[in-house]
Amino acid sequence: MGGWLLLLDLAITHVVARGRQTLVAIAGVSLGVGFSIAMAALLHGSQEDFVDQLINAIPNVQISDERREAQRQPAQDVFADAQIENLSPRDDPRGIRNPVAMTSAIRAVVDGNVSEALTTQGVIRYAGRDTGVSLSGVVPEHELSVSKIGGDMTEGLLTDLNNRADAVVLGDNLVRSINAKLGDPITVVSPSGDVHRYRLVGIFNSGNNTADSSTGYLHLSTAQVFAGRPNAVNDIRIALNDPDSAPVVASWLEAQFGYKSVSWQEANQAILESFIVRDVIMYTVVAAILLVAGFGIYNIISTITHEKTRDIAIMKSLGFYERDMRRLFVMEGLAMGIGGSALGAVLGALLTVALGQIEFVNPESDDPITIRMTFSVIHYSIAIGIALGSAVFAAYMPASKASSLNPVDIIRGAT
Amino acid sequence: MALLEAKNATRILDETIKVTLVDNVSMTVGPGEFVAITGPSGSGKSSLLYLLGLLDLPTAGDVLVKGEATHDMTSDERARIRLQELGFIFQFHFLLPEFTARENVMLPMRRLAKLPARAQHERAGDLLASLGLEGHIDKRPDQLSGGQRQRVAVARALANDPALILADEPTGSLDSKATEQVFGILQNLVDISGRTILAVTHDMDLAARMDRRIHLVDGALESDGAAAGA
Repeated sequence: MGGWLLLLDLAITHVVARGRQTLVAIAGVSLGVGFSIAMAALLHGSQEDFVDQLINAIPNVQISDERREAQRQPAQDVFADAQIENLSPRDDPRGIRNPVAMTSAIRAVVDGNVSEALTTQGVIRYAGRDTGVSLSGVVPEHELSVSKIGGDMTEGLLTDLNNRADAVVLGDNLVRSINAKLGDPITVVSPSGDVHRYRLVGIFNSGNNTADSSTGYLHLSTAQVFAGRPNAVNDIRIALNDPDSAPVVASWLEAQFGYKSVSWQEANQAILESFIVRDVIMYTVVAAILLVAGFGIYNIISTITHEKTRDIAIMKSLGFYERDMRRLFVMEGLAMGIGGSALGAVLGALLTVALGQIEFVNPESDDPITIRMTFSVIHYSIAIGIALGSAVFAAYMPASKASSLNPVDIIRGAT
Repeated sequence: MALLEAKNATRILDETIKVTLVDNVSMTVGPGEFVAITGPSGSGKSSLLYLLGLLDLPTAGDVLVKGEATHDMTSDERARIRLQELGFIFQFHFLLPEFTARENVMLPMRRLAKLPARAQHERAGDLLASLGLEGHIDKRPDQLSGGQRQRVAVARALANDPALILADEPTGSLDSKATEQVFGILQNLVDISGRTILAVTHDMDLAARMDRRIHLVDGALESDGAAAGA
């Protein structure tokens, strides 16, 4: 313990004696740590913002009337040992079987909200133009509990679908393209060619141009009549109280009911994988910044060891070990790393707060855009860890060289 | 038992050309001796002292401290012997410039960590006071004269109470007055404290005032016997 205190005393004396150089090295490390933390907060903030949008844009879990693999045919189960070829499977009607019982069962088990829907296609006929539309037949109260459509309504309400059997809600781009307004009649042709006349009771803007140009909502029962599929449901949407549990819930539901259940993570797998690549790039840049900062430390430790060769020789002749000398100069580098990291952490926090308060003008709306920043202990730990690691590495090389100096060579050459 | 012994110690510098610094020297130093190592410039006086002080390794032969062979010791083991058993005084004081006289004297004590901090502090003050430096204990080396610095170096060599002090031209950079002071201190250490001192010097008058003189020529031992004035 006494030895460590002595080395610490010597280390502090050395770095304090070279105040200006020490401050420059500490400033290099603190700038590196500070900007690394702010960059990580910025990137992860934007990432979290994007993930939130993903979670809100689509259901956490979506069960469709498809199966990942072709269903086993009864004949395959009955004649297990026989080779069956060219079997023509029964042509099942599309849709989820017994949807009322299934949604009730899901509601009983899943910690969240469930909405059943029948999604079908139609063509809006207007002024001699045909415009394709994807129509979701929903129970408005259920749909509002699993999606953000309620907040996206710019005119009317989704629950207005309850008020009349011929009500329709359309995206604002689609409404503009057919030059309609709230209360106007809308003619829609079903896949079977039947012509249906609806009344526009609501307009929404989801922020997604494609969706706003080509989607609409009907009441579930209206959609079933439109598609000619009474009681049919082909889409069950689930919003979970814990969106992160979606993969587990989805695979459990798929195992239970056999229908393809897709979590929001699976649906956005490519994007989420790109976040990993972004993280790797970010932390590579962070490491590079802090290694460059480490050169400052290397520089000053090299200078100190060069200037202190005589002191090294005398301490070794007095009985200090080689490892004492190595530890001494590594401690000096580490002291600069610790000082730089502490200041850098404060700088990083200030930058994070400052960047989070910058407001940008949003050309699309009156609401200003702010940058979402994320505070995370991990950002601080990684930046400080890399800074301290590079400080030790930068100091170790000159320290190791200094520790192996032969005192006789220096004493002989001393004047 | 001899405190220090060289057995056929040889040191050859083998860089661009082979130079024999110390050539097959055998000698012993017993307790309480005040020994001078003399010889012309380049005769290997300091090289022999560095071998005996375990600062350098002999190319052949060995150095024994209190009967223990050192050639096969690790550098840490040799450092431990230097810390506990040997005290060094060099021609130049080699004090750490950022530390006060007391802090410099405390350095070996702090490294050995045998005494508590308060005792180290007191012992350093006592050693400096005993060498006439009462008023200079908290001064840094740049605030001291050459003779005062060398006395601080003597105090540092005595810090861990070594049995043997090795001095390389301890008065070589001092004026005649300071030389007398420092030599008087060394003489007292032998006469009063019973320590053993082995000192390299080119000053034949000083060598004559020591107990024994070892004379080297071209790295080899030419004579070993009582000093002229002893």
